[in-house]
Amino acid sequence: MQTIFERTPTLKDCPTHYCPGCGHGIAHRLISEVIDELDITSRTIGIAPVGCAVLAYNYLDVDMIEVAHGRAPAVATGMKRVHPDKIIFSYQGDGDLASIGAGEILHAVHRAEHITVIFINNAVYGMTGGQMAPTTVEKQITQTTPRGRDHNNEGFPLQVSEILAVMPGTIYVERCSVSNPGQVRHTKKSIKHAFELQMKNAPGLSLVEILSPCPTYWRMSPSQAMEWIEEVMVKSFPLCCLKDLSQS
Amino acid sequence: MSEKILMCGNEAMAEAAIRAGMDAYFGYPITPQNEVTAYMARRMPEEGRVFVQSESEIAAINMVFGASAVGARTMTSSSSPGISLMQEGISYLAGARLPAVVVNIMRGGPGLGNIAPSQSDYFQATRGGGHGDYRTIVLAPASVQELVEMMYLAFDLADLYRVTVVILGDGFLGQMMEPVDLDKRPAPRDLPVKDWALTGADGRKQNIVRSLWLQDGVLEEINLELQATYRQIEANEVLCEHYGTEDADFVLVSYGIMSRIVRSAVRKARCEGIKAGWIRPITLWPFPYEQINAVADEPRIFLTVEMSYGQMLDDVKLAVAGKCPVLFYGRAGGAVPTVEEVLGQIKKLAVPVA
Ligand SMILES: Cc1ncc(C[n+]2csc(CCOP(=O)(O)OP(=O)(O)O)c2C)c(N)n1
Repeated sequence: MQTIFERTPTLKDCPTHYCPGCGHGIAHRLISEVIDELDITSRTIGIAPVGCAVLAYNYLDVDMIEVAHGRAPAVATGMKRVHPDKIIFSYQGDGDLASIGAGEILHAVHRAEHITVIFINNAVYGMTGGQMAPTTVEKQITQTTPRGRDHNNEGFPLQVSEILAVMPGTIYVERCSVSNPGQVRHTKKSIKHAFELQMKNAPGLSLVEILSPCPTYWRMSPSQAMEWIEEVMVKSFPLCCLKDLSQS
Repeated sequence: MSEKILMCGNEAMAEAAIRAGMDAYFGYPITPQNEVTAYMARRMPEEGRVFVQSESEIAAINMVFGASAVGARTMTSSSSPGISLMQEGISYLAGARLPAVVVNIMRGGPGLGNIAPSQSDYFQATRGGGHGDYRTIVLAPASVQELVEMMYLAFDLADLYRVTVVILGDGFLGQMMEPVDLDKRPAPRDLPVKDWALTGADGRKQNIVRSLWLQDGVLEEINLELQATYRQIEANEVLCEHYGTEDADFVLVSYGIMSRIVRSAVRKARCEGIKAGWIRPITLWPFPYEQINAVADEPRIFLTVEMSYGQMLDDVKLAVAGKCPVLFYGRAGGAVPTVEEVLGQIKKLAVPVA
């Protein structure tokens, strides 16, 4: 019998705690495949956020650290400055990165840290029960926007990637999704590109935002959640490469 | 032969940290410790080491967290309001068992307070200002020379026990110039290998640095391990000095810069025939409970003197355990008890009852 597909070694062989249809599992696998394809397991250090992915070190078989809510870019700074030869990536949700950690990511970009950020945008706070995130879209119902997000009261969805892309400290910013197989393949390419830039010591931070389904707190089936990304979420968060200085 | 040079506390401490092998410094400006950050900005790159001016104290302590996790000797410094912001990070350092050194050059509080010297952060430093059952070693230098020697000790203790070591100084100590011998250092400790550090899983199993333990019973075990470490520190690392306690009727207890004022007041009291003595805790945690308790075996009056409204006082009362009266004198908010004031307090106690 011929093996035509194998689990990539950096992804541990164990069940995850994620809900059915959650996007974190897909993102973990893509990151693991990229790490293995680039052969950087032995010099990669990952940062798990506070959020549903807090236990990411149970699934990714590289050296990992778990940090305070939103502080990953500051922790990454400490690590990368001490060990410029290591590949440092943070994995952060939208509450983690866009709300409580908005200052830390902004200033990691401001300092043009040579790190890679994987930004999982699921438009809610998953771990705490589906509250509004800065990325919650208008009219979206969450635990803390029971009548739907209304910009008169809660403001507008925060487009962090757009903000970071205009700053000189980013070298590459792309927004992808995991809502269909084509997008999953493209997301993997983007993650790989981001890591490769860091390996080349490209002068700046590389960030891949991934629109990721949360069927549980969107109160949808997994397939409806994928459709919701493509029909609703992309209107506030258009899929595109916002910046790639490696091309110029 | 090493010679003495004149340096301000902040710069001397910064140079000592560099000589103690600190690999990375992270800090955010705040008076009265700005000389540290400026000194590090100049000297660390000269040594090929890491200096980053962070965007906040929250970021600074998290940079320390990252640098420590990858095995570096690392520190940050700040003053009271900045140290308040660092408490989250210090709790995480404790939970993740990462060594770090944090210097607090205390200023007046609460709130923005002022930039005058103060000792009002004793509770925060010794009780652990962040959440959770944790301790930080707290060293309280009383001179620029001691500040220097304590930097070496702080890095060693942090690495030995995998804890945060706080150097609790004040604006006087940071700003004043005294002659120092930078090469005078305590005997180096035997330090364990940092096999837990995140250096890339190269030919070994994955290392994980974490503070979350959800499984039933695991967090209790982790806490018991921490407690065991703390008991070890209490058994081995208490430092204090005393004078005249053998025959003293009045025992003054004070720490840091305040202890120098108290020393002068006690000397004057002795000249006037009053049997006064002093005890000076050098480590505020672990606190010299036993040493103070032993002095309280004879009937005496204890007087705690602080640049606060009575914080270490609680520990002195715990130490004395009701065996003798414990009184207090203190001023804060930038006010400093003078030698005359302290002497006046002693004399008040020494008045024979008619
Ligand atoms: C300082 C602090 N505040 C609040 C929390 C509670 N909390 C845990 S996870 C989380 C939100 C996570 O949401 P997000 O970053 O979007 O990640 P997700 O869970 O959706 O993957 C919050 C608020 C915390 N752990 N620490």
